[in-house]
Amino acid sequence: MSIRILFVIGLAFLLLGCSKDQVKEEEPVEVTDLTANSTASDEDSAQTYGAEDDSSSTFSQLDDPQSPLSVRIIYFEYDSTQISSDYRSAIEAHSLYLQQNPNTYITLEGHADERGSREYNLALGESRAKAVKQQMLLLGATSNQIRLVSYGEERPANDGHDDMSWQQNRRVEILY
Amino acid sequence: MRIFIKSFLIYFLFVSFQAHAVLDIKITQGIEEPIPIAITMFGWSQAGRVAPIDIVEIITNDLARSGRFNVMDAQDLPQNPTQFDAINFNDWRKLGMENIVIGNLVLTDSGNYDVSFRLVDIYRKKQIAGFRIPAKPGLLRRVAHQVSDIIFEKLTGIEGAFNTRVAYITVKKNKTKKIHTLYIADADGYNAKMLLESPEPLLSPSWSYDGKKIAYVSFEGKNSSVFIQDISTGKRVRVSKFEGINSSPSWSPDGSRLAVTLSKDGNTEIYVINLITKSLKRITNHDGIDTEPTWSPDGQKLAFTSNRSGNPQIYEIAINEGKPKRLSFEGTYNARARYSPNGNSITLVHASGNSYHIAILDLNNGYINILTDGPLDESPSFAPNGSMVIYATTGRRGGQLAAISVDGRIKQRLGLHQGDVREPAWGPFLK
Repeated sequence: MSIRILFVIGLAFLLLGCSKDQVKEEEPVEVTDLTANSTASDEDSAQTYGAEDDSSSTFSQLDDPQSPLSVRIIYFEYDSTQISSDYRSAIEAHSLYLQQNPNTYITLEGHADERGSREYNLALGESRAKAVKQQMLLLGATSNQIRLVSYGEERPANDGHDDMSWQQNRRVEILY
Repeated sequence: MRIFIKSFLIYFLFVSFQAHAVLDIKITQGIEEPIPIAITMFGWSQAGRVAPIDIVEIITNDLARSGRFNVMDAQDLPQNPTQFDAINFNDWRKLGMENIVIGNLVLTDSGNYDVSFRLVDIYRKKQIAGFRIPAKPGLLRRVAHQVSDIIFEKLTGIEGAFNTRVAYITVKKNKTKKIHTLYIADADGYNAKMLLESPEPLLSPSWSYDGKKIAYVSFEGKNSSVFIQDISTGKRVRVSKFEGINSSPSWSPDGSRLAVTLSKDGNTEIYVINLITKSLKRITNHDGIDTEPTWSPDGQKLAFTSNRSGNPQIYEIAINEGKPKRLSFEGTYNARARYSPNGNSITLVHASGNSYHIAILDLNNGYINILTDGPLDESPSFAPNGSMVIYATTGRRGGQLAAISVDGRIKQRLGLHQGDVREPAWGPFLK
């Protein structure tokens, strides 16, 4: 186990090292004319469920409340992207599930609490999602299975303005 | 009293039509010795008919709201002269009044208006300023603000910023979702116009220097994109929709480029989009967070927020060179910089303990001067004359806007009657 962790840390350093050496670039930008206001879709308002009789054959690990896969939210400390070791088994389980189900895709949605500036929080949310993604990649998931999105402080889980609310809002949600 | 009743009625009518949009601006703290001024009733060429707008009321509200003037109540005016020769200087002197404004509104043969006014120094019995401004019917409010600007500048030495606009975002909660709306309004809260409405978050409105376009971030389509919208036509273009974050637009002073934050290369970095050649240039290169770029008024540099030192601080980078220089050193949280119009200082969000304040960083000596009480203040930007900073503050009713003078002596609250309001951006002078 400790060798594995060292390996993980080593890989993480390698990854960080690489990103530093990128050179400046000039490239074209995609400019789309959206004169006719593109309608903002809101597809996540309803979700359908199957009700097949033989539940044993369709029962997914994902639905097992006892499985570490049932952990779908990772919480963070203030202004931090560090993942608590409490989540190790959950992240391992999700990574393994992705490895065993290569056609499964997830979105890691990063969030921040409302304190400080909105744009910094947007970047912070993404850094959190990226930290989770990096661990998952090291533990068996592949990059194209994981999409990152950050909402910064724009989508709080709790609308309150106190420590308890903020704690609940500093999070990465794992969405299958 | 009459002015009060009238303003209340007009205000009430307005609210009933655009209840969710109107900003109600109240001064909560002014300077200790405001300049006394009287604005007398303007003459009106069509006596017997109702004037199209109450110019005196608009000027009165502008000056009073600035916190620098004590405007005499209409009922206390000893006379309402409309010509210089009709001013009874003794009457005014007895009341201790130092400055009066007299004027006329004339409907011309072409159906337009002429607004003329004189600002008169009572003790020296001299005219300080006198102007005649022609106006099309739809532009009378703007002309009234121009009159306020001239009076303000003559008496305070500071360029007036009444004839300007403000952009902001409101959020209304339905039963199931939130509605985000981008508005622009005159600096006195009137003429609020909706530019965009979306069920997904909107943020970071940024004015082009000519005041004709607004760039912003929208999450429609489940990811952030940067748009540029033409204010008069409503037409818009999506200028950035890369994988990951597309955010924090800031215009170059010449309008040819837009600085943005992108994470397409794996990490939030600052880029410059050339809007003419459609090319993209990467500016920063660090594995920490780099975001919130803002263009210096001379167009040579970008200030931005980076946590490369371990916590967010403000850095500055020359666009053509590329070695960032750290600007902020006090405290563990300094973010979201905006330059003052003269480039000598930066307004930013500064945290001390658990409280977030608006502060000004003096670029000559590096000192940070905290202006607001917090606890959750954000999104500061300078008025185009550099005298005030507008910002968002979280109170009992949710997000509200406020403005504070750069010396901290004048405070205004710009509230909505319902809903959250946030992300204010003060637009440039209207030409």
